[in-house]
Amino acid sequence: MRLLTHNMLSSNIKGVTSGFPLRIEVEKMVEKEVELNADFLRNMFAKVEWKALVEASKTLGYTELPDNVEPSMLDSDEFLNRFHHALLELHLEEGALVCPETGRKFPVNKGIPNMLLHEDEV
Amino acid sequence: MASRPELQAPPEIFYNDDEARKYTSSSRIIDIQAKLSERALELLALPDDDVPRLLLDIGCGSGLSGETLTEHGHHWIGLDISGSMLNVALEREAEGDLILGDMGQGLGVRPGVIDGAISISAVQWLCNADRSSHEPRLRLKAFFGSLYRCLARGARAVLQVYPENLAQRELILGSAMRAGFSGGVVVDFPHSTKTRKEFLVLTCGSASLSSATPQAKGEDGESCSDDEEISGDEENQSVLVSDRHRPRKKHKLNKNVKGKEWVMEKKEKMRRKGNTVPADSKYTARKRKTRF
Repeated sequence: MRLLTHNMLSSNIKGVTSGFPLRIEVEKMVEKEVELNADFLRNMFAKVEWKALVEASKTLGYTELPDNVEPSMLDSDEFLNRFHHALLELHLEEGALVCPETGRKFPVNKGIPNMLLHEDEV
Repeated sequence: MASRPELQAPPEIFYNDDEARKYTSSSRIIDIQAKLSERALELLALPDDDVPRLLLDIGCGSGLSGETLTEHGHHWIGLDISGSMLNVALEREAEGDLILGDMGQGLGVRPGVIDGAISISAVQWLCNADRSSHEPRLRLKAFFGSLYRCLARGARAVLQVYPENLAQRELILGSAMRAGFSGGVVVDFPHSTKTRKEFLVLTCGSASLSSATPQAKGEDGESCSDDEEISGDEENQSVLVSDRHRPRKKHKLNKNVKGKEWVMEKKEKMRRKGNTVPADSKYTARKRKTRF
C-alpha cells in the first residue's frame, strides 16, 4: 500500500468522527521505483493532507519531506522528487493501520489493508 | 437463472481461491472485462489533457479492470471483498493499491479526493442480504453516500451492473439519486441478451450540461450516426432506457435476395443439364435501384 492510499483512507467505524489519519504500525516496508509524473503530483498536491503524509513517511523512515509547504514549491525538481518518492514509492507491506479515535487495528498483509468492519461497527 | 453467481453464495465465499483463479484464467472473461472497463473509462469522460488521475475501482477483483486504467496511465485504488481475488491481483502484479473491504459498509475514503470511480459487475451484489444483519437498502445507501462524499466536485462514477430484474434496477438507481447523484442509465446493445450491458453514469453535484447522460452506443434508427465505430449488424444497437419510445424498426433488408454469384451458378447448372438458358450479360442479376 502506497502512502497515497494511506492519505486517502479514513476509519469508517460507526460513530467515529475524526477517523483520519490512520496511524501506521510498520513491520515491513518496501520501496518500488515508479516513473515520476509532474502533472499527477501537481494534481494530487491540492488533495493530499500534507501533515499526514509527513507523519506517515517518517514512520516508514523517510524524513526528507519539509514540514511546511506552499504551492510554489512544486516548481522545484528536488521537491517534486521527494514528494514523488514519499507518495508513490514507499509501500507498507506488513503491519497495521490504527484508527486514531478507537484504537481499532486494521491489519495489513502483503500490502493489502483489511478494512472489513465487524457487524457491531457498521 | 440459477446460474447467477449472486444467487449462489456471498461474494467473499463465492470467489474463493478456485473461482478466483478460474475467473482470471478465462480469456473470454478477461476480454469482456477489458472491453467493459474501456467503455466505463470512456463514459467517465475525464478531461482530455493526459494528466493521470486518481481513480477508484470498486469491486476490483483480480485487477482486470484496473489493468485498463493503468494502460491509460491513471493511478487507481481497488476495493474488493474477496481476499482470494485480491491475491490473484497481487500475482498479476496489479499497479494500483488494493484494499480488502466491503462496499456495503461504506468506502472509508476522505471526502472530495477521488477524480472518478468505476465499478465493473459488482454493485448488484449489494442487492442481496447474505447475513441477517444485511439490509440491501441500507447497504446501498451507505455505499452511494460514501461514494458521493469521496468524489471531487463534478467527478463521475460509472458503474456497470447486472441487475436481476426491474425492481433491482430501480433500487440501485433510486439509492444513487437519493445520495445526491445526478445521471442515469446507459444501455449498450439493448436488443441482445448476451451483449446487453448497463452502465449507471452518475455525476457528483447538480445536473448541468456537462453532466448530461452520455449517448448510448448506436441509438435508434434516425439518430444512428455512421461515425460511431459500430460494426453495423442488428445486434450492435443500443438505446437509452430513460427514453420511453421504442426504436423504430429499421427498414427491413431482404435477406432472401440472392446475389449475382448464385444466379450464375444456377445458370451454369441448367446449361449443363441441357436446358436453354439466356446468355450472360452485364444486366444479369444486376441490382435494382431502391425505388423500384
